[in-house]
Amino acid sequence: MPAYSMPPLPSDDKRWRIVNGTMRRHGYTRHALIETLHTVQSSFGYLDEGAIRFVAKSLRVPLSQAYGVATFYHHFSLKAPSKHTCTVCIGTACYIKGADKLVAAAEKQLHIKAGKSTPDGNIALMTARCVGACGRAPVMLADEELVGLIEPAQMLEQLERWTIHD
Amino acid sequence: MSVATDVKTLVIDGINVSARADQTILEVARENNIDIPTLCHLDGLSDVGACRLCLVEVKGSAKLNPSCVLKVEEGMEVTTSSDRLKHYRQTILELLFAERNHVCSVCVANGHCELQSLGQSQGLTHVRMPYRNPQLEVDASHERFVVDHNRCILCTRCVRVCGEVEGAHVWDVMGRGIDSMVITDLCDPWGESSCTRCGKCVQVCPTGALSDKSKVGSSHPKYPEFLTNLQVMREASREGL
Amino acid sequence: MTSEELLQIAENVHAEHAKFDYEVNVCMGTGCMSQHSDKLKAALTKEAVTSGKRCHVRQTGCMGLCAAGPLVLVDPAHSEQELLYGFVRESDAIEVMSSLDAAPVERLLTHLEHYFEGQEHIVLENSGHIDPEKIDEYIARDGYQALVMALTEMDPQSVIDQISKSGLRGRGGGGYPTGLKWGTVAKSVGALKYVICNGDEGDPGAFMDRSVLESDPQRVIEGMTIAAYAVGASKGYAYVRAEYPLAVSRLTASLREARRRGLLGNNICGTAFSFDIEIRLGAGAFVCGEETALIASIEGQRGQPRPRPPYPAMSGLWGLPTLINNVETFANIAPIIRKGADWYAGIGTDKSKGTKVFALTGKITNTGLIEIPMGMPLRQIVFDIGGGVPDGRKFKAVQTGGPSGGCIPEEHLDLPVSYEALINVGSMMGSGGMIVMDDTSCMVNVARFFMEFCMTESCGKCIPCRAGTAQMFGILSKICDGKASHADLDLLIDLCDVVKNTSLCGLGMTAPNPVLSTLRYFKHEYLEHIDHQHCRAGVCACGTKDAALLAAEEVTA
Repeated sequence: MPAYSMPPLPSDDKRWRIVNGTMRRHGYTRHALIETLHTVQSSFGYLDEGAIRFVAKSLRVPLSQAYGVATFYHHFSLKAPSKHTCTVCIGTACYIKGADKLVAAAEKQLHIKAGKSTPDGNIALMTARCVGACGRAPVMLADEELVGLIEPAQMLEQLERWTIHD
Repeated sequence: MSVATDVKTLVIDGINVSARADQTILEVARENNIDIPTLCHLDGLSDVGACRLCLVEVKGSAKLNPSCVLKVEEGMEVTTSSDRLKHYRQTILELLFAERNHVCSVCVANGHCELQSLGQSQGLTHVRMPYRNPQLEVDASHERFVVDHNRCILCTRCVRVCGEVEGAHVWDVMGRGIDSMVITDLCDPWGESSCTRCGKCVQVCPTGALSDKSKVGSSHPKYPEFLTNLQVMREASREGL
Repeated sequence: MTSEELLQIAENVHAEHAKFDYEVNVCMGTGCMSQHSDKLKAALTKEAVTSGKRCHVRQTGCMGLCAAGPLVLVDPAHSEQELLYGFVRESDAIEVMSSLDAAPVERLLTHLEHYFEGQEHIVLENSGHIDPEKIDEYIARDGYQALVMALTEMDPQSVIDQISKSGLRGRGGGGYPTGLKWGTVAKSVGALKYVICNGDEGDPGAFMDRSVLESDPQRVIEGMTIAAYAVGASKGYAYVRAEYPLAVSRLTASLREARRRGLLGNNICGTAFSFDIEIRLGAGAFVCGEETALIASIEGQRGQPRPRPPYPAMSGLWGLPTLINNVETFANIAPIIRKGADWYAGIGTDKSKGTKVFALTGKITNTGLIEIPMGMPLRQIVFDIGGGVPDGRKFKAVQTGGPSGGCIPEEHLDLPVSYEALINVGSMMGSGGMIVMDDTSCMVNVARFFMEFCMTESCGKCIPCRAGTAQMFGILSKICDGKASHADLDLLIDLCDVVKNTSLCGLGMTAPNPVLSTLRYFKHEYLEHIDHQHCRAGVCACGTKDAALLAAEEVTA
């Protein structure tokens, strides 16, 4: 039987060593798949095909299974992130306090649907299922920063700032 | 306990039956010529309990249980057919028909489709809900086979036969919920995937989702029975006989 | 670690605190952090140094009242009079600091006697009072006494007996008796056993677990460790949502601290018992709150449930006996062991013992986190603790149980909160989200909202949940648009029955609940949409009609 050899790191990008570190810490066991994908997601901002292939081969997980896992969980993104991300929380508390109006206003301003990015890749408009800050509903995440009790005008100003500055 | 502990006696549809302790209700029912409809189950593959057609009532339990994974227990009283179960099975079939785009008359599997024959045997005459018609692709990149996702019911038999029997695990499911889809490798075209070209997935596919190019336009029967034979032969070879 | 050593640590902490005249606690929960309480704390610390006052500024976890954040609690050493300031800005630091020896800053004071009256804090007893990243502060408030007691004075069976006797039931929603679950795992045979903490709080509108993990992580670790001792487990996993970065980082730090103190790892407290915990990150899938899906996720697979039996207690993670409890359940363990089962059983109702933490949100004045004894009437929660519906609007319903629960109308507000009572009115306890709705919410639209949630969170494994939720969502959208017929409504009701009874896991089985409960109490709203294309709350696409037009239609119909 031919010996199985580990795939080489995809490039000399230092981040691959971090990814490899996670796998090593878990002894390259198959069940480290999700933990490793988390590392890829946080290091690169998304999972591209090469990354999934590298992780799957390293952990000896079938390619289709790795792809199945990567697409099952909403935390993982298969597309490169936009420069800015506006995430509107649409959990119940935020919905009751008008998160749908926030989403509609942002969609109108950016001319894109929620879940999409502007064609120039500047701003992505996302929705989230509860970020657990219901006490301050409605809530949005401007890039990573959580902003509570947000009004549509305030959100549109933020979007405007992002549009102008870039 | 008095007699051999691995034999259980129970009642299925009013008939007294005996079974080995490791058997499922479905196995015992079929041994006794009691028909329970199934779709995701296939002799020779692991069971996932996903299609919910084989649900049965067990006396003393409020919950319906999938007979394909429900193990026998001493003194169990099982009902495999009731007005309620019949209605549930019909509605589940309706949901399956309406989920994608199942038009039997123009399907390669017409006359050899398990979904179609279940519709007939369960007395389904019409579908009350709108067809969702999601416009999925047909992948004909493989030299021998075609996958038409519009006719896939996500029973995952292909995934299981490829992983468990062929040992290649080329198929899996991507996405979740109503957007789930069977894929090969990293959602690559089937013809460019690591497929071994064995064709087992086509044989076990209950509908026209997976088909053989050479059969297009002609009758396309499928022969999933090879699985049980394969199982016996592999066991024999493991035992060195 | 012995109980004497614990007492020594506690004494050291108290001695350290005695050096100060004031403790100034700054809430660093997620809610207040979003209001830059970290900068506020820095400003207060700087001001404390400048002013030369003997004052200890520290970070704490959630103080509960997120709506009034950032919150600052001033605790004078020589007086019982605590002051809670709300809406404190960085620029207020000087004023707060200089008020310490003088009169309180009146304009920042929160007047919320009602909010705290009636609450009983067991799970939240340390929230807002300790620095969550300092294990010694937890120990100074009786932390780890229960673990030491269990390990040195009790055998595993008597720990289980205490938990059974306390009447504690699973706080994740189902309400399964905790002691019974522990007993089953303890009896199961396996080379290894696991304890899993379910922190995959996926209910939209709930943040109890987040808050407990952020405010008092050691309490959860202690609870898990006691559980592991009781059932004979040697390895634990804390499954926490990746969306909760603060909770993850505090839990990580706390695990390290616990190991350093010998309260986790090999030969805990010098006994033969060894146990350690690893964190696993959830990746955004509501269905992973279901036990078998959560296990699949820890195993690195798609989070799809499998049929039960076999139950995880017999065959769980990697086929081995596994105990899964929710964060809040584990948070109750230490106090029960420390203060005794009888004390705990004395709180609450006949069948629902103890307290429950709720996230009170929506159209309510005092949004935030509360902990109340079981049996408190909903009316008291909504109108006294919650301060009622703001802006002079009218209360319409309170939603509990998240996407698996239901909407409870005014007529049932005198209902005492318990597992059974909530089920009787068509809702459920759930993990503890409590969302108040006023007359600007359309109940059909609310049902549609939850169905969309269930549809997008369905794992797709079984057909009733996968396609059934999509079909029901389609019908509900049609009703909201004013384009549905009575036949559509009949089909919706039929699908509710089918999906509820034939789905594989709890997600599908309970997905119809929001529809069923709104149909039970607000059927007239469904009929108004269908017969008159009228949405009384004015939120649906079908529009709103005035009373005269509706009356005229009623006559012609």
